[in-house]
Amino acid sequence: MNIISVKNLKKVYGDFTAVDGISFDIAQGEAFGFLGPNGAGKTSTINMLTGLSRPTAGTIRIDGIDGIKKIKKAQSIMGIVPDESNLYDEMNGFDNLTFCAALYGMGKAERQKRAAELLEEFNLKEAGDRPFKAYSKGMRRKLTIAAGIIHRPKILFLDEPTTGIDVESARQIRRLLSDLKRQGVTIFLTTHYIEDAQRICDRIAFIVKGRIVKSGTVDELLRNAGQEQVIRLTLSQGIKGIKNQFQQAFPALRIEAQSENDCLITAPERIALAPILQYLDSKGISVFEAKEARPTLEDVFVKVTGIEAGKPHKEKAGEHR
Amino acid sequence: MKAGIGFWNILKKDIKNYYLKPPNISWGMIFPLSWTLMQLLRAPQGQAIDVKELLPGLMGMSILFGATSMLAVTITFERRGRSFERLLLAPISLSTMVLAKISGAILFGVIIAFVPVLLAACWIDLSGINWGMAFVSVVLMAVTSALLGLVIAVSAKEVFEAQTYSNFFRFPMLFLSGLFFPIERLPLLLQAVSYCLPLTYGVDMLKNAVLHTGAINIWLDLAALVGFSVLLFYICQRNIKRKWIIIR
Ligand SMILES: Nc1ncnc2c1ncn2[C@@H]1O[C@H](COP(=O)(O)OP(=O)(O)OP(=O)(O)O)[C@@H](O)[C@H]1O
Ligand SMILES: [Mg+2]
Repeated sequence: MNIISVKNLKKVYGDFTAVDGISFDIAQGEAFGFLGPNGAGKTSTINMLTGLSRPTAGTIRIDGIDGIKKIKKAQSIMGIVPDESNLYDEMNGFDNLTFCAALYGMGKAERQKRAAELLEEFNLKEAGDRPFKAYSKGMRRKLTIAAGIIHRPKILFLDEPTTGIDVESARQIRRLLSDLKRQGVTIFLTTHYIEDAQRICDRIAFIVKGRIVKSGTVDELLRNAGQEQVIRLTLSQGIKGIKNQFQQAFPALRIEAQSENDCLITAPERIALAPILQYLDSKGISVFEAKEARPTLEDVFVKVTGIEAGKPHKEKAGEHR
Repeated sequence: MKAGIGFWNILKKDIKNYYLKPPNISWGMIFPLSWTLMQLLRAPQGQAIDVKELLPGLMGMSILFGATSMLAVTITFERRGRSFERLLLAPISLSTMVLAKISGAILFGVIIAFVPVLLAACWIDLSGINWGMAFVSVVLMAVTSALLGLVIAVSAKEVFEAQTYSNFFRFPMLFLSGLFFPIERLPLLLQAVSYCLPLTYGVDMLKNAVLHTGAINIWLDLAALVGFSVLLFYICQRNIKRKWIIIR
C-alpha cells in the first residue's frame, strides 16, 4: 500500500513556480529520495507534505488521510527533520526532546524515558543538560533527528540530513536511517549528495527546476544509463597533441581527454582494445592501465539533468548580458 | 487528552523560558513602578488617597506593558529562530496552540497587575475595593492586551519590529485610555478614539471596583471588553491561518 501519494503538486511563489506539478507514490516502509541541485524545489515539496505551506494545486494523501484538509491528523504520524535545526536554543538537550515528545501527546514518564534513550543512542548523554545553543553543528543535527523520531513516527521526513557534518557523523546518521528502515519506518529524504541517495534510498527521483525528470530504483537508473561501454586508459602522457588524429583513426569511438594522463573511450558496444593499444604505442605513448568504467548514479544524474551533482550549480557566465 | 498535554507543555515552556526570566519580569514592572515613585514624590505629604487613585491606572499600565509586548516579542523571536515551526508541525490544532501561547501572556499580565496592589497594601488601607470586579476587569484587560500582542506578532517579521509596533500601540493607549488623564479632558476627536480602545473600558471597570468612580456603566464595560476579545481573537485566527501556514 502507498503510504504517501502525491498528484500534480504545485507551488507558486508570486509568479515563480518552485514546484511544477510533480506526482509520486511512496510505499509503506520504503526509503524514497529526492535528489536535486540547490533551488530545485526539494524543501518546498517537504514543506507542503508536512503541512508547513499550502500547495497551490494538487493533492496529497498520507496513510489514507487527505494531507491538505486533514493535515493536523496526518501530522501525528510524521516525524520531521528540517534542513536547519529548529529546536530551542535556550533549552537543554533533554528538555528539548521531552518538549517535542509532549507536542505529540506523549505522557511524562514515557517521554523522559525515550529522551534518555535517544541521548544515549546518539552519544549525546553528556550534552543532555547543556543548552542547545552550546551544541556543535553535528550535535545539533543529531539532536534534531532525535527530536524527529522521539514519538516513533510512521513516516520520517529529512531535509538534507547529512549536509554540513563530518564523515563520521554522516555515517552514524546513515546507520540510524537503515535501522529505522528495518523497523518499518517510511523515509522521505532530500539530498544533493548522490552517495546518500544511493546508500539509503530504495527509490530516487531526480528533481530539477521543480520537475521530476527521472525516477526509479537505483538499479533501474543505473541499468538505463548502462547501454554504453566506457573504458578508462591511464597513459604515460596526455593525448592532447594527438586528440584529433586519434579520434579520426577510430571514428566509431568517442574519445575524451580526462585528467592529465587519462583518457576516456566510449562506444555503443564492446570495445576491442588491441588496435587502440597498437595505435598509441606507434605514437610513443604507453598504456599502463585499461579499466572498464561502470556508470555511477552520478553519471546518470549528470546525463539526465545536465548538472554536476553535489556541486553548486553555476549559471553560464554572460548568459544575461 | 493529547491536545491537553501539548497545551500544558507549551504554556509551561513559555513560562519557564520567558516569563520567569528576571530581565522580563523586571521589564514588566520597572516602568509602572518608576511611574508610581514619580507620582509619590510629586504628591504632597500624607495624602494616602492619592495612591489609591493611582492604582487602577498603574494596574492597567502593568498589564499593557506585560502582556502585549511579551507575547509579540517572544513569538517573533521563535519565528526568527524557526522553533515556531515545531508548533506548526505538531498535530495540535492552530487554535489550541494559539490559546496556549496567549494563556502565558494573560497569566503574566494578571500576576504583574497585582504587583502594584501588593506594594500599595504596605502603604494604605485597601478595604472597600470590590475584588471580584477588579479581578474580572484585570483578566479581561490581560486577554485583550495579549490578543493585541498576537496581532502584532502576526504582522512583525523581526523582533525589533515587534517592539516598535508594541510601542506604537502602547504609548497612545497610555494617554488615551484614561489610565492617568480623565478622558473627559481630552479633545473631542481624541475622546472618540478613546472609546475605540479596549483598555478604556477595562480601566473604567477597574476604577469602578477600586474607587467606585467609573464613568461608564459596568455592564457596558463588560460587554465592550468581551466584544473586543472576541473580535481580536477572530482577527488573529484569520491572520494566522493566512500568514502562518503559508510560510515565508
Ligand atoms: N517563500 C519563497 N518565496 C519565493 N521564492 C521561494 C520561496 N521559497 C523558495 N523559493 C524559491 O523556490 C525555489 C525552490 O526552493 P527550495 O528551497 O524548495 O529548493 P531546494 O531544492 O530545497 O534547494 P536547496 O538544495 O538549496 O535547499 C528556489 O528558487 C527558491 O528561491
Ligand atoms: Mg532545501
